Amino acid sequence: MLEVGTLTSHYGRIQALKGLDLTVREGELVALVGANGAGKTTLLRTLSGVQPASGGSIVFDGADITHERADRRVKRGIVQVPEGRQVFGPLSVEDNLRLGGYTRPRDEGDAELERVYSMFPALKERRRQAAGTLSGGQQQMLAMGRALMARPRLLLLDEPSMGLAPRLVEEIYAKVRALKQARTTIFLVDQNARAALSVADRGYVLETGRIVLAGAGRELLGNEQVKAAYLGL
Amino acid sequence: MLAQLLQFLLAGLTVGAIYALVALGFAIIHNASHVINFAQGEFVMIGGMATVSLANSGLPLPLAIPIAVLAAAAVGVVLEKFAVEPARGASVVTLIIITIGASILLRGLATLVWDKKLHALPPFSGDQPIELAGATILPQSLWVLGVTLGIVLLLGWFFGRTLTGKAMLATAHNPLAAQLCGVNVRFVLMLSFGLSAALGAIAGILIAPITLTSWDVGVMLGLKGFAAAILGGLGSGTGAVVGGILLGIAESLGAGYISSAYKDAMAFVIILAVLFFMPSGLFGSKSAERV
Repeated sequence: MLEVGTLTSHYGRIQALKGLDLTVREGELVALVGANGAGKTTLLRTLSGVQPASGGSIVFDGADITHERADRRVKRGIVQVPEGRQVFGPLSVEDNLRLGGYTRPRDEGDAELERVYSMFPALKERRRQAAGTLSGGQQQMLAMGRALMARPRLLLLDEPSMGLAPRLVEEIYAKVRALKQARTTIFLVDQNARAALSVADRGYVLETGRIVLAGAGRELLGNEQVKAAYLGL
Repeated sequence: MLAQLLQFLLAGLTVGAIYALVALGFAIIHNASHVINFAQGEFVMIGGMATVSLANSGLPLPLAIPIAVLAAAAVGVVLEKFAVEPARGASVVTLIIITIGASILLRGLATLVWDKKLHALPPFSGDQPIELAGATILPQSLWVLGVTLGIVLLLGWFFGRTLTGKAMLATAHNPLAAQLCGVNVRFVLMLSFGLSAALGAIAGILIAPITLTSWDVGVMLGLKGFAAAILGGLGSGTGAVVGGILLGIAESLGAGYISSAYKDAMAFVIILAVLFFMPSGLFGSKSAERV
């Protein structure tokens, strides 16, 4: 479904991605783990088209989208839940969700909204509240709900557990598992390597802009190198 | 005594409504791009001058006005596309200087396309003053107030009820997240410039029968609108309207009770006072950006 080949990206003269290769197949949950500054967020931004690729290729469903505009990629079904939630603070919860469905036909909005509310009941209770007044966990739910409104074919999740209490991390990952069960294709990036690799079918380890390890999620969890570097064992 | 006060208030309200429209233009562009568009006054000028020249060439007003508004909106979009867009990523100060350059260019073009004379537009429905509790009001003032009210309501509906309007607000708040929702932020930017230009042009057309219009009418009206936007809090729609009305009334009362020589000074005294004592204005949430 998604094929990334020797992808590079620069911030000015600094190269953040140094030729990445990876694939995500339909229905898979693929995790990407790595330390701070390894280029995880840059990769997701480049996949979404909000950070330009300087070389290599991104192919989605057989179409080369390496230099396509961000909003067109959302229309294709590549939808991202960005790091740090990035909800529209002054707008209401419901407006945030409706904006998530911006690329969808308007008449689908109500049905889609109900689907998201049934998945995140806490959002329904607060539908009129300004998004900025929600707690961190609720904002993460809202960011995920907003992305689901676009009916993603490939959901990109950037650090969904960042800054959340362990109980909330558990809750977020329960939702991720539910999405996987519903056959949503997910590419998940998290510093919380244990949580990410234990739900993933496959995983990649990113170090300073390069993929250094790849394998099944379980396999990577058991890998000595990964244990030492990312699991603190 | 009371009739005189009412007279000043009515005059202030009329000119304040015009400032409010110009200030709304500043607010919309500032929200979309953080740029203070100093060519905003030129949209006012283009609206008035284009209507005058179309009317003089024999077009009836109901036809000349929409054409002039569309022409101004087109100039706004062109300004965004060919002057602001290519400088994307440049500092806000650079972008502001670009708009100052654009305003000089537009004024120059106006003297070439039209001329340097003053022009009058006939009032929309006669110039017989209407008596109102001892004061009088021109029918054109009613047009100004009515159209401004209509526009404010329309904008309220657009930004509060439509998804496109909300996408513009979302882009103002967080352009990255808006892009990830599939909003084409370049389109939003173009729409903002087009909308602001149309608002400015409408202001210029409404006021032309009362104050005359000319190639440089936008300089003062643009600055007054800017003062109104600052007073209300840059970027706030409500602030732009309230700021415009307050500024218009302050000017009118100042001219009436102190001296009409100080009429234009009022706006600048207000800008300075606001910037010194409450830089975020009446309705602004964030502190004003330093430029």
